[in-house]
Amino acid sequence: MKKVGKNGKRKLEKAHLRLRVNGEEVEVAFAPHKTLLEVLREDLRLTGTKHGCELGECGCCAVLVDGRPVLSCLALGVAMEGHEVTTVEGMAVGTELHPLQQTFAELGAAQCGYCTPGILLTAKALLEHIPRPSRDEIKEALAGNLCRCTGYIKILEAVELAAARMAGEKAEPAKETIYGWE
Amino acid sequence: MLRLPKFRYLQPDSIGAAIRMMADNGPDAMFVAGGTDLYPNMKRRQQTPKVVIGLAQINDLRTTKGQLKDGVVLGANLTLSEVTDDSRIRHAYPAVARAAELISTPLLRNMGSIGGNLLLDTRCNYYDQNYEWRKAIHFCMKKDGDICWVAPSSPRCWAVQSSDCAPVMVAIGAKVKLVSSSGERMIPAAELYNDDGIRHLNKRPDELLTEIHLPAVNGWRATYWKLRRRGSFDFPVLGVAVSLKLSKDKTVEDSKIILGGVGSYPIEAATAEKIIAGKKLTEEIIREAAQAAYQPAKPLDNTDFAMTWRKEMARYYVAGTLRELAKL
Repeated sequence: MKKVGKNGKRKLEKAHLRLRVNGEEVEVAFAPHKTLLEVLREDLRLTGTKHGCELGECGCCAVLVDGRPVLSCLALGVAMEGHEVTTVEGMAVGTELHPLQQTFAELGAAQCGYCTPGILLTAKALLEHIPRPSRDEIKEALAGNLCRCTGYIKILEAVELAAARMAGEKAEPAKETIYGWE
Repeated sequence: MLRLPKFRYLQPDSIGAAIRMMADNGPDAMFVAGGTDLYPNMKRRQQTPKVVIGLAQINDLRTTKGQLKDGVVLGANLTLSEVTDDSRIRHAYPAVARAAELISTPLLRNMGSIGGNLLLDTRCNYYDQNYEWRKAIHFCMKKDGDICWVAPSSPRCWAVQSSDCAPVMVAIGAKVKLVSSSGERMIPAAELYNDDGIRHLNKRPDELLTEIHLPAVNGWRATYWKLRRRGSFDFPVLGVAVSLKLSKDKTVEDSKIILGGVGSYPIEAATAEKIIAGKKLTEEIIREAAQAAYQPAKPLDNTDFAMTWRKEMARYYVAGTLRELAKL
């Protein structure tokens, strides 16, 4: 794997892989010790996935691998061959937002928004597993996604609202959650 | 960005191939399962293997085998989520499922493995820091330095055993299978651990933990209680695993009381076990056992919370676990 570069230093050869990201096959070359987070952001330019603590403590970098939420800062890019990776860029269908993205926007379930991609994807996996989760189930599923602006209540409400809409109900946000409502 | 150091990544597809790769690469190599312990440590330069052997493609490490009446064999690379979601494990080994479920967060449980949790590196406030932080205090004896900052006159390292599953496996008498190019051996979980923050495992680096053998339940009942700051996420600052065998009239025939997070290895509270042996678990006996179990707990000021309070809590947690199992 090691080769001698022009300057005489030994350099690591890049790994050439075909990855499946957001339903598309992509061919990408990257240093084999890069994390999935680095590959997504730096080599595939999918910067919707955020880097936070990079030690597995915050959940900012959560993506779905084969539908399960995992932390891309602790997964290797080279280990993703043969797996389906979904990032926040893969949630909308064309110009149609995912119901979770829609409800997060409607309810203002974000302040700075940095934790939002990880939360959206973790919530997406939850709703695919448990279509109508209880408040406690949502809290448990999102336990690994920290929001430092402390906007958790709206996040929980947005997940509940999206779940209701995805189940075919004509759900609207509670009036008292809308800014300016008197 | 906090990046991983450079390394070579190998992906064997069988246990045999994995141990051959380990034999070929020697002490520069490490195995990785979920990576949730190793990769953060590598990013902080606490562990710096030149070759990392990924176990994700070895199907034999991801299976559950055996019948409940003879005991169940867990593949070491089953994720913690897979262990927690397994209805047979939840039913027959609730303490195992409970401990696995209490580990960090759903995202990390989707990645981290049961075997990896048993082999979790010991933790310490002076060790679990990035390279620059550790350099600023001239490192500690666990990595790159020669002093223990939590006990500066100590000749040994006091990093803390922080696995939730380890005390449970010791309490229920599980066994682990270790495989290397020089053969394989099966040892009781209790023998996997040493009272030393650095050499905390009785496992050679070239040995691969492949299986965890849970013994047949056979009338034993067990539970696990965990103390931590946040309701989810944190490592235990105290974990109490208790396994009991009660006779028909509720007399304690045999027991194991194991304390985690208050020493460098899962500590057996042997005096407390003796106190309850042959007795019925009355409130008085439980209090007496809890007092005795609190004595071997040796928390130092190197994790979260005040150490005296953590030691004090051992008493309440042991009493709580015994009450739960006695259904008081």
